[in-house]
Amino acid sequence: MKESVVSAKKPIKTVIGPIHPALKEPIKFIFEIDGEKVIKVDLAPGHNHRGLEWMATRRNAVQTLYVSERICGICSISHSIAYCRAIEQAADIEVPVRADYLRTIFAEMERIHSHLLWAGVAALELGFDTLFYKAWEVREDLMDLLEYLTGNRVNYGVLQIGGVRRDITPDQHARINKSLLNYTILFDELYDMFLEDTVLRMRCRDTGVLTPEDALKLCTVGPVIRASGIATDVRQDFPYCAYGDLDIKAITPEALAGEVHGDVFDRIIVRLLEVKQSIEIIQQSMKKMPIGPLTNFPKLMVLLNHIKQAEGEGIGRHEAPRGEVFHYIRLAANQESPLVWKVKASTYSNAMSWVKMLEGEQIADIPIIVASVDPCISCTDRVAMVDKGRTSIFTQDDLRRLSRKKTERIRQGLK
Amino acid sequence: MSISKALNKSLWVYHVNTGSCNGCDIEIVAAITPRYDPERFGIKLVGTPRHADVILVTGPVTNKMKDKLLRVYHQTPDPKLVMVIGACGVSGGPFYESYTLSGPVDDVVPVDVYVPGCPPRPESIIFGVVTALKKLEEIQKK
Repeated sequence: MKESVVSAKKPIKTVIGPIHPALKEPIKFIFEIDGEKVIKVDLAPGHNHRGLEWMATRRNAVQTLYVSERICGICSISHSIAYCRAIEQAADIEVPVRADYLRTIFAEMERIHSHLLWAGVAALELGFDTLFYKAWEVREDLMDLLEYLTGNRVNYGVLQIGGVRRDITPDQHARINKSLLNYTILFDELYDMFLEDTVLRMRCRDTGVLTPEDALKLCTVGPVIRASGIATDVRQDFPYCAYGDLDIKAITPEALAGEVHGDVFDRIIVRLLEVKQSIEIIQQSMKKMPIGPLTNFPKLMVLLNHIKQAEGEGIGRHEAPRGEVFHYIRLAANQESPLVWKVKASTYSNAMSWVKMLEGEQIADIPIIVASVDPCISCTDRVAMVDKGRTSIFTQDDLRRLSRKKTERIRQGLK
Repeated sequence: MSISKALNKSLWVYHVNTGSCNGCDIEIVAAITPRYDPERFGIKLVGTPRHADVILVTGPVTNKMKDKLLRVYHQTPDPKLVMVIGACGVSGGPFYESYTLSGPVDDVVPVDVYVPGCPPRPESIIFGVVTALKKLEEIQKK
């Protein structure tokens, strides 16, 4: 008879990162793994530190606006809205109503493009290549629209402290309406593809669960906390820009499924419904937008001088596609550059929720759980498995292969 | 074997982010999606530097990423080309005076093609890869 072998197994330490080949910025994960299960998760961010806040103290406020756009190329409108609002509060600058509406429209367009981008990435991590290409193809239409309105595909350069730099003229309305109608039709298509697919549902249901208690304890923001069933949204709770005039309600997965799991699937539901919400917000804003000036400071030198004279501090909050961004500014009198600029981005708040989501999950689920937060920094490229001195290298390809194999297994099981 | 004989069929590219803002990175991915579809020319994004012919570098190279970029560079088999995508990799761009930069990309690894822009359009990224091909042809003629 065989004796039962009691193995004194030590968990294997797995390092992922910091270089990722696809979309994301560098971040390092350290996993402790027992078999297929993740036991412990640790993060090592900071590879992307560019010293932006320090740079702001050496440039004037308008130059820093363009640095704020380059905090993140995907949320460039979000960061510049928060930055502008912080400066405007500190220097007591009033923004014309039309500019507020235009900011709202640009911000919501950015949300649609960001959520579509995320939907593509999530599909890629799961092994649905067709869905990835579909999501990115329909996203191109919105990039065209943003380019048509602002002049740029990414880093739009359309905001200015005290207002906006470009107007939406009446002859541009037809092009916007065409795109919005297009997206309303596409939304139903994407809805079917993502939410009615059995394999996708089996893969994402009850994967990477974040309970409402943990979500609150870890101060998560944006779609991540809303997917855990907590209806919080800066646009609803602390209205700014034109959001106070519009009909906005924080979206939780209850709206669709009637129940909250706080898993990856719920995060897909929330983001897809937010695309629809953004389309409606743009339509509402275009109807309600009053006629008026774009800025109270048409001359740049006057604006710079006003900021130079001003003294005080201000905060700016904005609900970016990934959650709340927060900017703090302190201005000193007779100084062109801000004394202090502090930025809190949404992924900073969400990063620690990875630890709760990943613990107890399988290795094959790591890519989709990491992607489900929609990180601005992430990295799952190279995995070094260290086991009793032996080191073997896993690449992102290997991880993705594991992820795809699992999808395939589920698909086979259904037949 | 001459350089271009090894590369004259298709170019596989590997993308490494050395601290960029994501702007160039999403434009690189946008460049491989159906509208531009460079895969018909054999240009393909791969997941590991060991499969790559061309390394696309985005970002101004932060101190922490310098070693990693060098490691990726050495892991890529010869012959290889390095392309810099975006203004911050070319010259430091908006981050030029930051205290965390190890200089623009060409201070760290030798660069063959520069694609300026903040961020460059997908068309110019594809044009950059085509320029790299032309450069290889010229080397072969000599």
